[in-house]
Amino acid sequence: MKNQMKYLLLVPGIILLAVFLVMPLLSIFLPTIFTEAGVTLDSYIQFFQDPLNVRIFIRTLRVALITTIICVFLAVPAAYYMSRCKQSVKGILMTISIFPLLTNSVIRSFAWITILGRNGIINQILTSIGIVEEPIQMLYTEFAIVIGSVYLFLPLMLTTLAGVMDNIENDMMEAAESLGANRLVAFLKVILPLSLPGIIVGSTLVFTGTLSAYTTPQLLGGNSNTVMATFIYEKSMSLGDWEGTSVIAVIMIITTVIAMKVLNTIANRLDKRGGDNA
Amino acid sequence: MRKNRFLGVWTVLVFAFLLLPLVIVTITAFGEANVVQFPIQGFTFKWFGKALSSNSFMSACFYSLRLALVATLLALLVGIPGAYALARYSIKGKQLIKSFFLSPTIVPGTVLGFALFQVIVVQLQIPYDIGLLFGHFLIVLPYVIRIVGSSLEQFDFSIEEAAWTLGCGKIKTFFTIVLPNITSGISSAFLLAFINSFNNVPVSMFLIGPGTTTLPATLMGYLESGYDPTVPAFSVLMMLATIGIMFVVEKTLGIAALSK
Repeated sequence: MKNQMKYLLLVPGIILLAVFLVMPLLSIFLPTIFTEAGVTLDSYIQFFQDPLNVRIFIRTLRVALITTIICVFLAVPAAYYMSRCKQSVKGILMTISIFPLLTNSVIRSFAWITILGRNGIINQILTSIGIVEEPIQMLYTEFAIVIGSVYLFLPLMLTTLAGVMDNIENDMMEAAESLGANRLVAFLKVILPLSLPGIIVGSTLVFTGTLSAYTTPQLLGGNSNTVMATFIYEKSMSLGDWEGTSVIAVIMIITTVIAMKVLNTIANRLDKRGGDNA
Repeated sequence: MRKNRFLGVWTVLVFAFLLLPLVIVTITAFGEANVVQFPIQGFTFKWFGKALSSNSFMSACFYSLRLALVATLLALLVGIPGAYALARYSIKGKQLIKSFFLSPTIVPGTVLGFALFQVIVVQLQIPYDIGLLFGHFLIVLPYVIRIVGSSLEQFDFSIEEAAWTLGCGKIKTFFTIVLPNITSGISSAFLLAFINSFNNVPVSMFLIGPGTTTLPATLMGYLESGYDPTVPAFSVLMMLATIGIMFVVEKTLGIAALSK
């Protein structure tokens, strides 16, 4: 009785996941490999033979990679500074980082339309100082997608890192300095390695998040800067090409899983190394 | 000391980068002109009136609220017993089942939306809104499993056993002993699940139909077709609601509850 009871509690969740997650995913995946000619990867080979598709795929990876690097670059010093602040200041900074996370991504992308647009704030400033004569095209470019994505995911990196940096003792820095390292060296050689696991967790979230983000590339990228997430929508809802869409969907899942695995492996290696030293 | 100042300036710039765009959106909501511009000309509240009396915004808003509420409650109903079983009992393949419950997080939103659309709507001819509801259920279930699960892991199950020995039935013990001890976990799971369902775009884009469109999808539609300051005005109202929620959370659970 007791044995059945504990499994019974899990059954509703398992059934709902099977019906609404596994079954739909399988039913888009299976037709892409089981064709009249038997089991084949032809549809995937075809996908990567079209230079347009490859361009979109590479663009998606490039945007995700650049976004992740910028987020790390911006967030590491800020999160470190945050972790050394007084409790009250830290609370305020934490609140400012959480607020965007809870704000709709449509609003957060919309902000950048106003800033980067043809008559947007940056172009107004540039033309009024006379740096450029004509407004420059920033909106509907890959650059706009990267800025929008950094804006979207920076808070996630900040809150992830803030938690990790909190656990680094203040003494570490002092010890390094008293042994003659200057602050920058101490930061690079002591704080950075200690926060590396956090940086990798944050990078995983940002990289996979950017890979699958739809709103920002849709609103800021325009028609000529398709990424995988907007490609899926275009191929299915505008073109009605179900099979083509399924291929993109499967490639997206596989890319996400590979990215996670790679970053996870790196994190585990680092953990082990840290363990050996300790 | 100089390096410290550099860090300080860096941090100020990073936080300015986070806040300024939202400040700009807020300011543009008060301009008198029919287009969204910055700096604004004049000062008016009329766009807020227009936003609140706009049928498409308001009905989408209520639909999104209802959807988020039902999806979240469903996820709690399914997720709490699941998380309890996983934390309480030794179960074969426990890690596997837990990963299965968390697996919707690794499926990109547009993929999930498309798969549900394709199977539920196209093949099975089930109405859009059912697909939408379960799509949102899948998005929020991992929050419940993760957050309620970590509350339960900190719960001392010997208290539960004490209640059993004293003759309290298992179900009654669960409701009177276990549940009250994990309310803060359930509350933050509820809030995060609700907010994430309410804000979702990629899953919804595939599963909205006439009369069953969500607020973010409506906002997207406006942004893609041409819009006036009603859009920033409605954005300001949504941000005010978020600030309200954060304020209440800070007073009760502590703001860290929202960064799990």
